Amino acid sequence: MSRRRSLLAFLLLLSISLSLFCWNASADFQSDELLQDDEEFGLEGARSPDLEHLNPIRTPIRRRSDPDSSSSDSKAIQFTLEHAFGDSGFSPAGTFTARLKSRNHGGPTLTKLRVSRNTLTHAEKEAFEKLLKEDDFYTIRVPSNVLSPGPDYIVSSIKARCLPRETLDEQFVIHAVGVNILAVNYGSAGPCQYPRPLKFPAKWSFNSYTLLKTSEEAPRTPAFAEELLAGENGEDEGVKPPEKSFWAKYWMYLIPLGLIVMNTVTQAMNMPEEQAGGQSGTQAQQTVAQRGPNAAARRR
Amino acid sequence: MAVRASLFFLFLLLCSLLAAALYEDQVGIADWHQKYIGKTKQAVFHTQKAGRKRVVVATEENVIASLDLRSGDIYWRHVLGKNDPVDQIGITLGKYVVTLSSEGSVLRAWNLPDGQMSWETSLEVLKPSKSLLYVPANAGVEKDNLILVYGGGCLHAISSVDGEVAWKKEFSLEGFNVQGISQPLGGSIIYIVGFTSNSQVVVNKVNAKTGELLNHNSVAYPRGLSGEALQVSSDLLVALDAARSSLVTINFQASDISFHHMAISNLVQKSFVTVSLLPLNVNGMFAAKVDSTVVIARVKDTGELKVTEKINDPSCVSDAILLTEGQEAFAMVQHADNRIHLSIRVNNDIATEILKESISVDPQRGHAQKIFINNYVRTDRSHGFRALIVMEDHSLLLVQQGAIVWSREDGLASIVDSTVSELPVEKVGVSVAKVEENLLEWLKGHMLKLKGTLMLASAEDVATIQGMRLKNSEKNKMTRDHNGFRKLVIVLTKAGKVLALHTGDGRIIWSVLLPSLRESDVCDSPIALNIYQWHVPHHHAMDENPSLLIVGKCGQSSDAPGVLSVVDSYTGKELNSIMLAHSIAQVIPLPFTDSNEQRLHLIIDRNSYGHLYPRTPDSINIFLREMSSIYWYSVDAEKSMIRGHALKGKCDLDSADEYCFSSKELWSIIFPSESEKIATIATRKMNEVVHTQAKVNVDHDVMYKYISKNMVFAATVSPKASGEIGSATPEEASLVAYLIDAVTGRILHRVTHQGAQGPIHAVVSENWVVYHYFNLRAHRYEMSVIEIYDQSRAVNKDVWKLILGKHNLTSPITSYSRPEVVVKTQTYFFTHSVKAVAVTATAKGITSKQVLIGTIGDQVLALDKRFLDPRRTLNPSQAEKEEGIIPLTDTLPIIPQSYSTHSHQVEGLRDIVTIPTKLESTTLVFSYGVDLFFTRIAPSRTYDSLTEDFSYALLLITIIALVAAIIVTWILSEKKELREKWR
Repeated sequence: MSRRRSLLAFLLLLSISLSLFCWNASADFQSDELLQDDEEFGLEGARSPDLEHLNPIRTPIRRRSDPDSSSSDSKAIQFTLEHAFGDSGFSPAGTFTARLKSRNHGGPTLTKLRVSRNTLTHAEKEAFEKLLKEDDFYTIRVPSNVLSPGPDYIVSSIKARCLPRETLDEQFVIHAVGVNILAVNYGSAGPCQYPRPLKFPAKWSFNSYTLLKTSEEAPRTPAFAEELLAGENGEDEGVKPPEKSFWAKYWMYLIPLGLIVMNTVTQAMNMPEEQAGGQSGTQAQQTVAQRGPNAAARRR
Repeated sequence: MAVRASLFFLFLLLCSLLAAALYEDQVGIADWHQKYIGKTKQAVFHTQKAGRKRVVVATEENVIASLDLRSGDIYWRHVLGKNDPVDQIGITLGKYVVTLSSEGSVLRAWNLPDGQMSWETSLEVLKPSKSLLYVPANAGVEKDNLILVYGGGCLHAISSVDGEVAWKKEFSLEGFNVQGISQPLGGSIIYIVGFTSNSQVVVNKVNAKTGELLNHNSVAYPRGLSGEALQVSSDLLVALDAARSSLVTINFQASDISFHHMAISNLVQKSFVTVSLLPLNVNGMFAAKVDSTVVIARVKDTGELKVTEKINDPSCVSDAILLTEGQEAFAMVQHADNRIHLSIRVNNDIATEILKESISVDPQRGHAQKIFINNYVRTDRSHGFRALIVMEDHSLLLVQQGAIVWSREDGLASIVDSTVSELPVEKVGVSVAKVEENLLEWLKGHMLKLKGTLMLASAEDVATIQGMRLKNSEKNKMTRDHNGFRKLVIVLTKAGKVLALHTGDGRIIWSVLLPSLRESDVCDSPIALNIYQWHVPHHHAMDENPSLLIVGKCGQSSDAPGVLSVVDSYTGKELNSIMLAHSIAQVIPLPFTDSNEQRLHLIIDRNSYGHLYPRTPDSINIFLREMSSIYWYSVDAEKSMIRGHALKGKCDLDSADEYCFSSKELWSIIFPSESEKIATIATRKMNEVVHTQAKVNVDHDVMYKYISKNMVFAATVSPKASGEIGSATPEEASLVAYLIDAVTGRILHRVTHQGAQGPIHAVVSENWVVYHYFNLRAHRYEMSVIEIYDQSRAVNKDVWKLILGKHNLTSPITSYSRPEVVVKTQTYFFTHSVKAVAVTATAKGITSKQVLIGTIGDQVLALDKRFLDPRRTLNPSQAEKEEGIIPLTDTLPIIPQSYSTHSHQVEGLRDIVTIPTKLESTTLVFSYGVDLFFTRIAPSRTYDSLTEDFSYALLLITIIALVAAIIVTWILSEKKELREKWR
């Protein structure tokens, strides 16, 4: 019994303290101040939004506009795309061309990636047809380092039956870090349904799309952490907690008060005859008045 | 009044359902905690002066503990941590235990009675080498004796009183390795003898008070030395020569170093294969193990050797202890069919055994591996001996007067893997529960409980009530219960022992030291790897026992052949074991079972061939059907590479093995080695159940979770920042988190955290990942969450499409179509560093999740996933608040009540395992390290059951009182009405 009572008290306390805590927290963190000179303080995380990753280059290559034409020190490079049919060995299938752009900080980065496919030879066409019939894998690979192709290749595969539409629609999603290709996700441009039906393309040529993805910076820990730090540094420039309404602030006092008043009033109305004459409206006697009706109730 | 009272009761009842934390007296009802120390490496018994009922041990789990010799209980214990292995242990001044750890770089003294650390000295170590601790034996209490420590090319003399370094001497000689330190009696001179890499014997004479080098002498031994040597007495060293065919006695205290050489074949008078020296520490004697024979030989002052005893097939020999002046005793253990024969001999009469005991030992403990002896004075004033024996399964026994006084199952300190097995179904007619004890007992118990409830119980009564609750037979039954709380936790230890623990109280139901994982001629140095469920009967659950698959391998190398063993979960009997012809790189339990309900397992070897088990025609039929949709990935941390594989067809090897399949590489991801290094890989648990596929937003919009069992979380750090925290600057450090689809190798999401570094701990569940790392810029630990949602299913939100059937909800999902995914992330600061992370698992996945964090303080903290919700905002709107979104804070709160280990510490915490129960609200949590801790937690409280201590009587009384009140008031009102009418 006592445990439950203490539990009740504890829960009440906990909820009150929690709600107070939440209030405090939200109250402190509500600054809408614009900290323009955060660079000056060397606070990290407040960098300007990097728009590049928001608009990935996503156009069919040959018609692409050229937003990077202003860059002066860029170098054209190219590397080969190789493919394999099922268990066959790899053979050249096309060429990637890209430009290397050096940034003022950090190493060079790849931009303007495009692919030009070699036309399929007769033998390759037959091999591809065989893949389609057997529902086997079509595999491509590119060198891991585009500047100096080493022994390491990035491999990616797809079930051949996913590719044919009107033409062979393919899409390269290339994840790169500097001049290193990290991963290539090779696949069809659209969805690939399951079970995969056997379907031959109308035209035996590749329709290629490329998409280059570079690293994305993690959004910094809650931005207000910096604001908090700035606040602690002394320049507490009137970041006032918003005014709470009277009710929101004092409800926990008002409700019991209201209950007491209501109780008193009802009791007083029930027993007007028992009202003693000597009760005036001072503070001290009011409490007596509150207790009085209870005593009366017990007497009844 | 009655109405009021009953209302009050009702209110209390409502409140009682909200119990969240635990009361002190509830500890131990649903949880248990077991303390272990690990396999004993060294032991020192207390000297006569310091009270002789304790032994101090250092273990391979880097624990220093003081054990009670009467009961085996732990008096005190210190876990030094993974990076601080204890090398040497000694007792000085009769009141301190001195430990040398971390390759001779840290020397600590612990107070013997209570384990308080008195002093700690860190010593300079130039290069890693064998470390040596020399505590002078005649350490008088009043004299300030110096402890000599050799480690890493430096000799330190340290005051045993306060740990002050008295002097230090560097030995800069290339390849110098100290073999012995000796200080002749009353000596102001210390001899340091060692070998160099080119077989020179070097003797340094050092002044004991100042460390001044008095004399340096070195002589080359022409035949070469193997580096293995034993110090036999204060002036003699016995070494093996380079060919390991003869023994060399080196006398180093004379003015010039003299050698005496003797072929081992002359010593044993037969040819031999292997030879090794055994430390014996008996003055003027040594032991050598030649093949399986132990030869005990005496070294004469002239350096000649004389064999005094040859013993066949002993298990081990103890160090010697001093009985009386000039009389030393040592023990020897021999093993013969489940009995160990202990014999104690003295040095001056080696042939006679002054004590011979034979003790029967549980065969599941294996052979004796180490023995430490201690003597005491018997009631008849003769010498008695007790022996501390370390067994093959890492357990520790104390043997005295021919009986095992106590045993500790310390193999449980080094659990490698664990799994869970259901208990047998309760059979009709077989009553497991005993009939209630006699009525008086029953009444007494209830009286006590009543007293406890009314707060009239004394402290003793409270203890009795507590004991009764703990004894409560319900939870310790050997049958399945309705809620699924009773199970067997089956653990595999480093020693190759499998133990089944009952979840009710943690007692060991059975244990088996797997014969296939023991050292033998076919398999030396076996390693236990994993444990899997092999056979879980559903159709014949009443009369078939489930079984387990234990996977191990022979030897350290990656091409070592594997070992499989199948063990019955109820009895612990080994049903079958196979020595594999191939290596084991990966074991994949497949989601298929054959007609005998044996689970199919695909074992991938080092050459990427897949081998199917069990090898039955039935399993191969099932497997061939599903072969085209089996994919797996492999991680090559050295090359920073992740590869995806699929099966191609039959093996192209020469042997026509139809259970062997070749594979092909489908995809690869290569992280640039100059900027990224794989730090952590995490995947979802295969048996996890997801209940809701979608999440409803505040604006009544639906987000579909991206739920794929093939999602892999990988985290890389920059190579410079792969070391300790602080080894790299924030500019050099970065952490990249990846979400990868393991079938196609598609990178679903990739995010860089600048200025962050490991250690990284991650947990993946449903559609989210939580990972913990260190932020160098903020100088704090952080936890990030990534939630991933599938956009391609968002079209299903259109009601019209649903009605017209134009939705894709029922279409099969293939990894080859690329769903559009969106990702929500958030990062929070977190105060603790973390040892392990896990997530709760429930039967249906309805209950909200908690992330279980093993903190650096070896406790398990249950943190609501709600705190790690990426949708938390600074000012949640009313609707968001109603949904339960917590206002955004920069730090995750640590609520002291949410430690699921409450006041216990799971020392050396390594892993946390969660097991769902049949009751949806509850998860079983088993955390292990050096200690074991088991409890059950309810992340959203036990909403689907009443608590165990729910008072049904109170409910009944309340109902009766209410009914009575209704009747009374009804009668009263009737009477009143009658009066009104008569008026």
